Amino acid sequence: MSTMTADRIHTRDVARTVHAPNASKVRVGKILLGALGVVVAAVWAFPVYWMVLSAFTPNALLRSKTPNFLPTHATLSNFQEVVTGSGFGSALRMSVLITFTTLIAVLAFAFLAALAISRWRFRGRKSFVLAVLFIQMLPAEGLFIAQYKMLSNANLLNSVIGISVLYVAAIIPFTVWMLRGFVAGIPAELEEAAMVDGLSRTQAFLRITFPLLAPGLVASGVYAFLQAWNEFTVALVVLPANDSQTLPLWLRGFLAASVNKGVDWAQVMAASTLIAIPVIVFFLFVQGRMTSGLVSGAVKG
Amino acid sequence: MTTHVAPGAPGRHQATAPAPLVIRQRRTPPTPYLLLIPAVAALLLGLGYPVYWQIVTSLQEYGLAQQFGQPPKFAGLDNYAEIFGSSALWAVVARSVVFCLVNAFLTVGIGLLFAMLMRAVSTSVRIIIQVAMLLAWAMPLVAAVTVFKWLFDYRTGVVNWFLSSIGFSGMDGFSWLSQPLTFFFVATMIITWMSVPFVALSIYAGLTSVPEEVIEAARIDGAGGWNITWGILVPMIRPVISIVLLLQIIWDLRVFAQIRLLQDSGAPVSETNLLGNFIFELGIGRQNFGGAAAVSIFVLALTVLISWPYVRTLLKEDAA
Repeated sequence: MSTMTADRIHTRDVARTVHAPNASKVRVGKILLGALGVVVAAVWAFPVYWMVLSAFTPNALLRSKTPNFLPTHATLSNFQEVVTGSGFGSALRMSVLITFTTLIAVLAFAFLAALAISRWRFRGRKSFVLAVLFIQMLPAEGLFIAQYKMLSNANLLNSVIGISVLYVAAIIPFTVWMLRGFVAGIPAELEEAAMVDGLSRTQAFLRITFPLLAPGLVASGVYAFLQAWNEFTVALVVLPANDSQTLPLWLRGFLAASVNKGVDWAQVMAASTLIAIPVIVFFLFVQGRMTSGLVSGAVKG
Repeated sequence: MTTHVAPGAPGRHQATAPAPLVIRQRRTPPTPYLLLIPAVAALLLGLGYPVYWQIVTSLQEYGLAQQFGQPPKFAGLDNYAEIFGSSALWAVVARSVVFCLVNAFLTVGIGLLFAMLMRAVSTSVRIIIQVAMLLAWAMPLVAAVTVFKWLFDYRTGVVNWFLSSIGFSGMDGFSWLSQPLTFFFVATMIITWMSVPFVALSIYAGLTSVPEEVIEAARIDGAGGWNITWGILVPMIRPVISIVLLLQIIWDLRVFAQIRLLQDSGAPVSETNLLGNFIFELGIGRQNFGGAAAVSIFVLALTVLISWPYVRTLLKEDAA
């Protein structure tokens, strides 16, 4: 064992000396890749930037032939008109209620299911996994007439509970699969070591595995949040009433209303920005935790 | 890695070695079933019953009369015969499959390249890319389509301005959304833009979970960046890649909202419909629920057929 370690250290030194002459070449490549990365990021972020910029620009300016890429005439009037316009408040309330009802139910249900399939082998487990994988593929567009019928029979059209039931069912399969990967990815050694040190299985799970699962739960939560917040198709069908519209439905209506008088892109972009901003803020907030490498650190140490 | 149970350890350990911490017992304890109850109940309520209704309805004559309270008549396979006899359906099917595959592979290809790029660059550049990806990923679908409509606006859109200012003078005032080919080009742009971040970040997360020791060992053995990438990294993250490719194929086969929203700008509907839109038009537009249900069942079968090999791979991965 000791000779092997010595050997490895030796080889590593050799490798380092061999690579040394290439260092400057590697650095140039690194800079070029970095530049490419910045360009990629700029191109990918541009539509979002353009949306926000247009939202702060007077519509008259947006109609000019040459676009203006900097916020030189920033104004808040577009937002003012959108927010005071009809429907925004009730759509926001509806979206928040539906999204958080769905999010909480999905996380709780999917977490339990993921535990079951990754920590136990039981009769029916394979069928459940197979069902999860196939349910994930059911085309929402092929089911919405049936779902509409079901909710209308139960008198739950235009209600938060009705659409949340559909969202939870639609989002659970992928969330279970995602969390299963995270649970299975927690090294068994950690929990076993804690049990050797005298913790019970439950204690070991709660004190060792659960904290390590936090990034997984956050990632799944973000996924569920986005699905519910952005959903359009099912909402279009089961929320027909004007005062129960969610934000995506409201935005489509806003653009459609604007078409008749020649699209007021400034206001439409202000409306889009209002919908996107909470999502983006939420995202940047959890971003750090999503990228943490807790597990690999624990194993390496 | 050094804490692995020795191969000669007693049988109980051997059984659990490949899948760590799996409790294998003769008689299954009730715990896993209890844990599954909420998820299964939600699935049965939200999807199980609608699927059942769908199958029953696809075998019934469910027209306008039934909408007004008449009991539906059993029609056997009439709905299927009627739908599959029409060439309109097959045109839509071909269009949908091509559109789905182009988008799925394009998205995963770009996502893989971006993940590699994120791994290669310095931390600050990587964070810039991640933020840009998160911005695009975070965009609500309807907002994204709306922004792209604005970008591709024929009068004052940035895209036409850019193309005509770099020399394509014919692009000034070009109406992207009024012809099928350019319509689908814009749709592909939207879908790729929105789905690449999920793919790139998932693959990147997979890349970071590859143990540094493995890469180091390969480097010591003389492998260059190219060999490490394609000989070690990509094979090791293949499970992640197949999951995201599977999901992209499923999601892109049922693209509906993007097309629907783009059609609002006056595209020829019958030439730009994908399967989802075809069902919507049949069910909601013409109130032909039986026919719509039949096409839905067909879409379901098609999805299962396309993704079956991937599901099998996933099941194998799950069993391992």
